[in-house]
Amino acid sequence: WQWLLVTMLSVCVHFPGLTESVIAAACSRVGQSVLHLDRRNYYAGNWASFTFNGLLSWIEEYKQKVQITESEQVWRSLIDEGEDVVPLSSVDSSISNLEVFCYARLALILLTTNTEHEVSEPEEEQHTSDISEPSQSQEEKDSQPISSPADPPVEVEKKITYQKLVKEGRRFNIDLVSKLMYSRGALVDLLIKSNVSRYAEFKNIGHILTCRNGKVEQVPCSRADVFASKQLTVVEKRMLMKFLTFCLDFEQHPEEYQDYTEKPFREFLKNKKLTENLQDFVLHSIAMVTQQTLTEEGLKATQHFLRCLGRYGNTPFLFPLYGLGEIPQCFCRMCAVFGGIYCLRHSVQCLVVDKASNKVKAVIDTRGQKISCSHFVVEDSYIRDEQRQSTAYRQISRAVLITDRSVLPSESDQQISLVTIPPLESSAPAVRMVELCSSSMTCMPGTYLVHLTCSSSGTAQEDLAPVVSELFHVSTIPGEEPSEVLWVMYFNMRDTSALDSSSYSLPSNVHVCTGPDGSLGSDCSIKLAESVFHHILPDEEFCPPAPNPEDIIYDGDGPQAEGPGFDESVNTEAEEEESNQE
Amino acid sequence: MHGRVKVKSTAQQEEEKRKEREKKLKAFVSARDAVLRKRSAGEHDEEALQLTQQLLSSNPDFATLWNYRREVLLQLETSREKDEVQKLYESELHFIEACLKVNPKSYGCWHHRSWVNTRLPQPDWTRELGLCDRCLSLDERNFHCWDYRRVVVKESGVSVEQELQFTDRLIGSNFSNYSSWHYRSTLLPQLHPQPAPDSASNTSPSPTASPQIHSHRVCEEQLLKEYELAHNAFFTDPNDQSAWFYYRWLLGRAEREEMISCVYVSRERERVSVAFSKPVHAQSEGLMLVLDGQPQQVEWRSTHPRLRHSPVWLCDLPPGSVSDISNEHNLTVHWTEKYTHRDCALYTGCAESWCRDSATDQELFRSELSVEKSSVLQAELQSCNQLLELEPQNKWCLLTIILLMRALDPLGHEKETLAHFQTLKEVDPMRSSYYSDLCSKFLIENTILKMEYAEVRVFSLSNKNLTTLCHLDQLLLVTHINLSSNQLLRLPPQFAMLQCLEVLEADDNAIESLEGLYHLPKLEEVSLRNNQICKLSDLESLASCTKLTRLDLRGNPVHKTANIDSELSQLLPLVTALSL
Repeated sequence: WQWLLVTMLSVCVHFPGLTESVIAAACSRVGQSVLHLDRRNYYAGNWASFTFNGLLSWIEEYKQKVQITESEQVWRSLIDEGEDVVPLSSVDSSISNLEVFCYARLALILLTTNTEHEVSEPEEEQHTSDISEPSQSQEEKDSQPISSPADPPVEVEKKITYQKLVKEGRRFNIDLVSKLMYSRGALVDLLIKSNVSRYAEFKNIGHILTCRNGKVEQVPCSRADVFASKQLTVVEKRMLMKFLTFCLDFEQHPEEYQDYTEKPFREFLKNKKLTENLQDFVLHSIAMVTQQTLTEEGLKATQHFLRCLGRYGNTPFLFPLYGLGEIPQCFCRMCAVFGGIYCLRHSVQCLVVDKASNKVKAVIDTRGQKISCSHFVVEDSYIRDEQRQSTAYRQISRAVLITDRSVLPSESDQQISLVTIPPLESSAPAVRMVELCSSSMTCMPGTYLVHLTCSSSGTAQEDLAPVVSELFHVSTIPGEEPSEVLWVMYFNMRDTSALDSSSYSLPSNVHVCTGPDGSLGSDCSIKLAESVFHHILPDEEFCPPAPNPEDIIYDGDGPQAEGPGFDESVNTEAEEEESNQE
Repeated sequence: MHGRVKVKSTAQQEEEKRKEREKKLKAFVSARDAVLRKRSAGEHDEEALQLTQQLLSSNPDFATLWNYRREVLLQLETSREKDEVQKLYESELHFIEACLKVNPKSYGCWHHRSWVNTRLPQPDWTRELGLCDRCLSLDERNFHCWDYRRVVVKESGVSVEQELQFTDRLIGSNFSNYSSWHYRSTLLPQLHPQPAPDSASNTSPSPTASPQIHSHRVCEEQLLKEYELAHNAFFTDPNDQSAWFYYRWLLGRAEREEMISCVYVSRERERVSVAFSKPVHAQSEGLMLVLDGQPQQVEWRSTHPRLRHSPVWLCDLPPGSVSDISNEHNLTVHWTEKYTHRDCALYTGCAESWCRDSATDQELFRSELSVEKSSVLQAELQSCNQLLELEPQNKWCLLTIILLMRALDPLGHEKETLAHFQTLKEVDPMRSSYYSDLCSKFLIENTILKMEYAEVRVFSLSNKNLTTLCHLDQLLLVTHINLSSNQLLRLPPQFAMLQCLEVLEADDNAIESLEGLYHLPKLEEVSLRNNQICKLSDLESLASCTKLTRLDLRGNPVHKTANIDSELSQLLPLVTALSL
């Protein structure tokens, strides 16, 4: 740790979500020294992926609302003349309304953090939280084939029990945010341009589905889908293809849509003689916009979707193996390769501001050390309300389900599916569902990990439970009949993406990054990262391609130096981690 | 800048790469020389396998090395137990797989793989099929793999049904891949053959028709499903030609029966002309001419020396054999190879006689399309018209509609057909000449039909923008032909098939060549006003038409030739009425 104190840091990044990781990697890549601090013991904050057991601890942590006691005295003494202090928030309040239900075999295991909700449950006895009580289920499992030999034992074996989930918990990588990567989106472009893509593997999304009238069906979006679709008449096929072809270069034909620029996209679709069917497909599942969206925006969204088709397969999306949390980690790795330093469970208490220039000159960490820096990047959730000009957040409603069968069983059970669910009533938001198969390395074999997301109108449970019960068979009488859904978690996450620098009253070299937004892609975070980077280093290139390890020249060595460049930095990182533990 | 990672310059990198390449080349050359030395020394050992393996894994296209490897393997095989042989060849398969990763289109690799499988005591065809599927999913147009797959399917006895499902899958993932459509077209007739017709078709004059004729047809129930599949493809993307080609195959007519379509005999010339249903080489087809029960030794010749395969062949009868007009003769031409023949009777008092199947009877010009029921074709025409409404400029659709109309009613749809051709030429100007030729063909067919309905021997097709002549074998009996005011450039060698032609009018074209006016025994009058005949030599073939007396060459560049009058009268001394 000594080393840090004597070094003048260029950039201090706090709380590494996706945006922060990208900024850190970009700065480190062009030679800035970067210190990465996180108060948690895992990377990526709300962008994190958890194992099942990790998620259970995260839930526990949420329930206990761990408060870090502030020790003002410690940092008071470190403040010099002409310096001012901006304290940071130590409580993360970006998650709310967390509810967990377990439908896995034998007993309904209800974990709830909200006591009001418990009251509404009919059967008091069912509320025993049995997570730590494996003996009962184990017993049942063993005795079952003996007590009822009439049942085919295979069927019994197939049902996955709660302990099985816990036992196989490490096979899960459950993301707090649910996003996909547009094949030609800003994130994929950046991964390619910067060579960060070499740190991860990706899987193509196999199905684009929608749910109409309670039935899950395929959305014909690629040429092959339209050809194969059984729901469309040949004339519909032609009309849809014609429309999609037009969207690909709609700017070239302004005469086609200029009368509709001020009107909703839906009306334009009607005007283009698309049938109701086709209008639904285009609006909800291809453009993924709302009834109110204007024509030009709808056309742009459709175009973006179409341009992404075919680059890596028949759908426009990719998903990183082992979950979305891999992506910030990849950028962290790149940052580390170029000398960035990482400290987990290590937080900044406050910023030290130079009164004269109104700029941050240092930060004080939770151990009372003062670390100089010239820029400070921080996630929105660390900002106290006193520093906010506006608090107009939106909320995202999220549900995470573990199921044992796919919503649309097909010849291949190892497909990732995106399901867009048009609002049940016109006022409600559209729900987006991503079903991950076990080959995406996010869940144990035999299960599917399902993420539901929508912008909130109520609590996550209020928003999403109707969709869950429409799409899945959820047993109402626990344990009596087999449930497709084994486990459900609902929570709301704060969406701060609408805020910008004018929303905070902070020194100009403090860069606030918003958390994950509710959209399907990550363009918003990447664009923000790029703009922050250019703010910090206006004359530098953003994430130029990283050189191949064999092309790196080490000081003192000739060009023939052996070994890849990582070793040193990885060691540094590990050493820092070690010293941090002390 | 401080802290920045130092990276080698491009020049440094290139220098390193160059050195690396040099090193590799040196190693490659020395290994190659060692292998070739071993081979000429006749050494067939493990070391040879190792050395060739090294070389082939960096260059799998070195065919000599594969050959050497086969020699070595055959040698090693003799000294090993069966399960060791199995192992030897299995490791060979693994090695080839690695080579295919270097070059998935290496002829040597794929060939060697086929060979190894023939040597394997227990070939694992399922694995091979899996390999093909994997390769095709990476590159669905790798024809090496398609070829190899055919071998695997044949050897392992994969059912036709499974293969059809395989094409379903490939077409489903990309319907622009014609390989899959084509494969499908070979499978369907095997899986869903058209039931054999109950009785021999009554239009067929010979009861011994070839049994192969309907073998590539598909039963109607399946055909309807296939039409639907093709509709789905071309409604989704009407500009993709794969589905259209497949569709045309689906609609395709049966092959025309191989037969002698016409025998014509002329008493005066003592000559027999025979027309066949397709171009043949008469000398090698086993033709036999029987006159009044006596086989005749005759020499067959085509109508023009440039036509080695021709639908029309001539022979001269022995002098005096039919010249007496008071005699009746019976003539039979046997096509022994095809077990078919045609009789022709030459009655007393007749100067000529013929026996033929007319184009009308045979429905010859129902285009290339279908023997299907007209109700099915009518439905298909409706579907295509529906698409044309949405895509009025689509050339594939227009062309298919034209073909369907011709299959249904060529004369009834003539006007619409011509209008569609006009549109085609506008939307696809690059191929306008093709469309013009096709249109000419259809117009000639229609005119032949009209001529036959009218039962005349006069063929008149003037002022119709004809660009080419075809079906001239159908005009064997025509005596008068009028081709004026078209865009013809030549009278091709096939024109010499018009053995009965007496009068030719071809004014106002752009004819440069008269090759086809060759040994036309009855040709008396030729009018070629306003054409592009430039040289005297272009007229030379006319000298072979011994009855030619009237020739009109006004408006041709040839009149500028010096001494044209005397030159012409020397060339064509029999022409009495010459207009220049």
